[in-house]
Amino acid sequence: MTDFVASPPVIRPGGTVRPRPRRWKEHSILPGFGLSLGVTLIYLGLIVLLPLGVLAMRPWEIGLDGIVRTLTDARVAAALKITFGISFLAALTNGPLGLLIAWTLTRYEFPGRRIMDALVDLPFALPTAVAGIALTTLYAPTGPLGALAAKIGIKTAYSPLGIFIALVFIGLPFVVRSIQPVLQDLDRGVEEAAQTLGATDLQRIAYVVIPALGPAILSGISLAFARAVGEYGSVIFIAGNMPMKTEIAPLLIVIKLEQYDYAGAAAIGVAMVAISFGALIGMNILQMALARRGRT
Amino acid sequence: MTHDLTLSRRSLLATGGAGAVGALLPGVALAQRAKPVTLLNVSYDPTRELYKDINAAYIDYWKGRTGQVLTIQQSHGGSGKQARSVIDGLQADVVTLALAADIDEIATRAKLLPANWQTRLPNNSTPYTSTIVFLVRKGNPWKVRDWPDLVKPGIGVITANPKTSGGARWAYLAAYAAAAKAGGGDAAAQAYMSKLFKNVPVLDTGARGATTTFAQRRIGDVLLSWENEAYLTLDEFGPNFDIVYPSSSILAEPPVALIDKNVDRHKTREQATGYLNFLYSPRAQDIIGKHHFRPREAAAAAKYAASFKPIPLVTIDGAFGGWKKAQATHFADGGVFDKIYKPS
Repeated sequence: MTDFVASPPVIRPGGTVRPRPRRWKEHSILPGFGLSLGVTLIYLGLIVLLPLGVLAMRPWEIGLDGIVRTLTDARVAAALKITFGISFLAALTNGPLGLLIAWTLTRYEFPGRRIMDALVDLPFALPTAVAGIALTTLYAPTGPLGALAAKIGIKTAYSPLGIFIALVFIGLPFVVRSIQPVLQDLDRGVEEAAQTLGATDLQRIAYVVIPALGPAILSGISLAFARAVGEYGSVIFIAGNMPMKTEIAPLLIVIKLEQYDYAGAAAIGVAMVAISFGALIGMNILQMALARRGRT
Repeated sequence: MTHDLTLSRRSLLATGGAGAVGALLPGVALAQRAKPVTLLNVSYDPTRELYKDINAAYIDYWKGRTGQVLTIQQSHGGSGKQARSVIDGLQADVVTLALAADIDEIATRAKLLPANWQTRLPNNSTPYTSTIVFLVRKGNPWKVRDWPDLVKPGIGVITANPKTSGGARWAYLAAYAAAAKAGGGDAAAQAYMSKLFKNVPVLDTGARGATTTFAQRRIGDVLLSWENEAYLTLDEFGPNFDIVYPSSSILAEPPVALIDKNVDRHKTREQATGYLNFLYSPRAQDIIGKHHFRPREAAAAAKYAASFKPIPLVTIDGAFGGWKKAQATHFADGGVFDKIYKPS
C-alpha cells in the first residue's frame, strides 16, 4: 500500500485543477471504503439488478424464436417505434425550451419568479393518471384547446400528437432541473470577460454559455427521454390506443399480461430496457465528449 | 390469516361468556361468530354500484342469521386484469367476473378452484345475465337501428379493447354473430368487423373508460355498451342519450365463483358460500334487476321486465362453440381481432 502518498493533481491545459480520481487499492484518507462499497453493491444489486435479472429470465420460456417472433410482430414493432420515436422527439423539444425556462428563472428577477420556479416541479408531483386526464380534457376534440386545434384541422388528443404533448409535459422538469444548478454556478465573470474582449451577445451565448451548459442539457434530455419511454399513466388517456397507430409499448406489455402472455410481455420489456440502455450510453458518450470540449 | 384464526380461538376460550350468545344460534361454529370477518369480492368494471347495494343487504342478512359482523371489500377493474391479480396472489374470497374464460384461467393457471367450478352453482354459476346494446346521442342523428348501421362511412363507434375488456369482448362477439347470421358466414363477418373497427377512433382498456370517452368527452356517435351501463349512463347524464336495441345481440353470462384455496386459508368458506348463494335469493335478485342486470329469478325478472327489451340473444356456446374456442379464434395473438389491425 502506498500510504499517504497523495497523487499529484492533474493540471489541465485550460488551467483548471482537478483532484485526481482515486485509484483502486490506493489508500483514501476517508475511512469506510470497504463498508460503503459493500452497501452500494448490495443495494444496487437488490434494487436494480435483481428485478432486471428476473425480467431477463422470463422471456426464455418461449425460446429464442418465440422472442424474435414477438418482437418482429408488426404490432409490437410499431408500438416500440411509436414509444421511442415520440419519446425522443419530446425530449428533444424539451431541450431548448427547458434551457430557456431555466435561463429565465435563474438569470432574471421578476415578480412571481418563485411561484413559476415551483410550477416547474408540478409534472413531477402530479400522479400521472391525473395529468393524463387533465391533458385529455384540454386536448380532446370537445376540450378548449382540442376544439381550437380541430378548427384548423389538427387532431391533438387520440393521435400521436397527443402522446407527444403528454411526454413533453412529464419531461420538462427533468431538463429544467438539470440545467438550473449548473447555470446558477456558472461564473458570470467569464461572460463579463468575454464581453470586455469584445464578444457580441450572440457570441457569448454560443461560445461561453452553451458549451458550459452542454453536458447538463444533454443529461436533462436523456433523463426526460428515459422517463418518457416508460411513461404509461398519462399517455394511455390521451393516446387513443389504436394498434399500429397510437399504441405505446408499455400498454402493449399490459395487454400481453392480461392475455396471460407473461413471456411475451417480458420480451417487450427486455427489448425496451436494451434500447433505452443503448440510447443512454450513446447520450453519455456524447455528454463526455462535450464535457471534454467544454473544459479545454 | 391462519394466525387470525388461532387468535380468535384463543380469545374465545378466554371469554367463555361468548358461549351464551352461541347457544342462541345453533349450527354455526363458535369460532366464526366471535370475530368480525372480512370478505374480498374481486369483480369487473360495471358492477361497482350493484355490489355496493348487494354487500349492504348481505351484511344485514348475515348479521340477522348468525350475529356475525361481516365486512365486504370490493375490487373493480377490467375482467382480465382482475383475474390476473387473483392468479398473482390477490386474496379474493369470491370472484364475480365478466366472462367464464377469465375464471377458467384462474382454475387452470393457479389451481385455486376446481376446473368444474361452473357446475357448482345454478344457471352455470351466473346469477344474472346481461347483453350488449347501443347508446346513441339524443334523437339518434345517425339513425342507428341495427348492426349494419355501424359500418356507415364516417360514423364513430366507441368500444373498449376486446383484449383487455370483458364487456368489449361480448360486444365484439355480438357484432360478429349478427354479421355472420346476416349471411356470408365467417368471411363476411370478418369483413364487417374490419369495417366496424375502422370506425372506432379510440380503444379504451375497460368498459368504464369507453363510457367516459363517449358520454363525457363526447367522442363518437354510438357506444357499444353493457345494457346496465347504458341505463346507468342515462341515469347519470339524463336526456343526452338514447338506448337503441339492435335486432339481435348476445346473451352475456357474467359468472361468479368461490376461490376455494383462498377461503380455506381465510376460514371464510361458510360466509363466502353464503354470499354467492345469496345472489340467487329474491332479495338480491331484486337489487340486480334494479341495477339493470337481467335477474334469473322469475318474480324479479317480471318486475323489471319493462326495461329489458326482449330481443333474440345468441349464446357463446351456440354461436361460437364456447369461450375456449372463441378466445383462441378471435382474441389470442394472431387471431381474428389482430388481423383487423394488421397492415395487409
